[in-house]
Amino acid sequence: MSALLEAAGLALPGRLESTGLRAEGPGLLCLVGPNGSGKTSLLHALAGIGRPQGTVRIAGEAPEALAPAARRHLLAYLPASRDIAWPVSARDLVALGGDPEAPLAALGLAGLAERRVDRLSTGERSRVLIARALAQRPKLLLLDEPAANLDPAWQLKLMDLLRREAETALVVAAMHDLDLAGRFADRLIVMAGGRIAEDGEPRALLAGPRLAEVFGVERGAGGRWQLVSPKGDPRSSR
Amino acid sequence: MSGDARIPLPLLAGAALLFLLSLALPWTSLDALFARDPSLGWAVLVQLRLPRAVLALVYGATLGASGAAAQALFANPLASPDLTGTTSGAALGAVVTAYLLALTSPLALALGAVAGAFGALFLLLALAGPRAETATLLLAGLAISALAGALTTLALALAPSPFAFYDAYEWLMGSLVDRSLAQAAFAAVPAFAVVLLLARLRPALDSLTLGEEVAEAFGHDIARLRLWIVCLTALGVGACVAICGAIGFVGLVAPIFARRLTRGHPGRAVLPAALIGGALLLAADLVTRLAPLGRTLPIGVVTALLGAPFFLSLVVGMRWRLGR
Repeated sequence: MSALLEAAGLALPGRLESTGLRAEGPGLLCLVGPNGSGKTSLLHALAGIGRPQGTVRIAGEAPEALAPAARRHLLAYLPASRDIAWPVSARDLVALGGDPEAPLAALGLAGLAERRVDRLSTGERSRVLIARALAQRPKLLLLDEPAANLDPAWQLKLMDLLRREAETALVVAAMHDLDLAGRFADRLIVMAGGRIAEDGEPRALLAGPRLAEVFGVERGAGGRWQLVSPKGDPRSSR
Repeated sequence: MSGDARIPLPLLAGAALLFLLSLALPWTSLDALFARDPSLGWAVLVQLRLPRAVLALVYGATLGASGAAAQALFANPLASPDLTGTTSGAALGAVVTAYLLALTSPLALALGAVAGAFGALFLLLALAGPRAETATLLLAGLAISALAGALTTLALALAPSPFAFYDAYEWLMGSLVDRSLAQAAFAAVPAFAVVLLLARLRPALDSLTLGEEVAEAFGHDIARLRLWIVCLTALGVGACVAICGAIGFVGLVAPIFARRLTRGHPGRAVLPAALIGGALLLAADLVTRLAPLGRTLPIGVVTALLGAPFFLSLVVGMRWRLGR
């Protein structure tokens, strides 16, 4: 049996240094890192966007060898932008991915299915776009900031939904909310300077010292995130 | 899924009806000819009216399909062969070929027009970029149209023939009159192929609703798609302009109506836009014949008179939506 995801030598000039990534089976993998650290670039490279170097094998198959009709069941990609070029209905947009009904219901959009996407709020549009990615029923689900624009309740419902998806698919989600990532992810990857800085178990990583170095934040009193104080820790001086 | 290619039957029936009307009207003169000499009647029908109807249908279809593809590609409802300067580029190419190079065979004219259309489209991509803001796209298109228009005038002024301006006037305004069946076939064959090939791109064009990144993740090669659309549009529009001159607004209006039939999907609007474009040009040609002015109007004038107010209403609608 081949691994669910095997990526080697992935690189995008100027954005992502040569990177490998391997995941044996399904799960929820969260990518964190400061702005410009290469989260989106890694997702792009995995999705084959922007002519990346390197190889990606999903369950042993090469996505670039497949026609769009077959490839959509291999990988789905949600971009960080929530822009939609044409005013189609929510249902029609989700149908670009596949059968729309179950994903629409899962994201609480059944009542908005006939609404034009340009007449939805940004958060509702985000949910429509997530539903579109889910509708592809892919083996590898690549999500760029899926929780952005969502209210607190929908952020939690989304993470529950992703956990359920992660029973059968590999979900790779770039996140900014460290608490949300740490609470729901099986595996955390910390990006810095266009490469993978850390890769491991979320709780251990979030408690460890590397986070302060990469992000310049640390847990303060009551578990709240705070900026690393310049005098406190010598490692924060970089 | 995204491959939905059904064409609404009423649309097909409407285009077919307009085609038949284009052959039959004005009925009185045809009726009189058939009564006097059936062979004369057939000659008028086959050698005068049939090429005219065929040209209106294929030229309109080319403009509609190219406009729909360009609008999907640029993610912009105002991208169309005329507003992007493609048509005027093709006209420039044909004028240079005919009056400066003195090559007047249909093939030379068509090659000149296709080259001009190519030049205009590549200039547009260079100036406005692949996903242009409306303002950038329109300004770049305006600049290219103005440049092509000025160069066309210059080419006519420099032409050895003193009658070049007069000669070119009717053709530059767009005309379907007095073209032979051979000429009609010369435009129709590439135009028909272009419409069908553009229609094959519809899944890729539909996926562009989600942006270029998602379209790429779906496995569509956007750079190749862009090249295909530029080549096909230049070929189709070039071949039609070489025979019939420049006709505006059909390529803008037809895709906008077509997307109403496809619930906003830009790619599967390509074939309906082709039919609507053909129907619009057939209708405009009927107007030129039946308008009670005692003489035939240039068809480009009719499409502009009908199309410009529609274009203005689009601009006003956009202004309201933007709340300015």
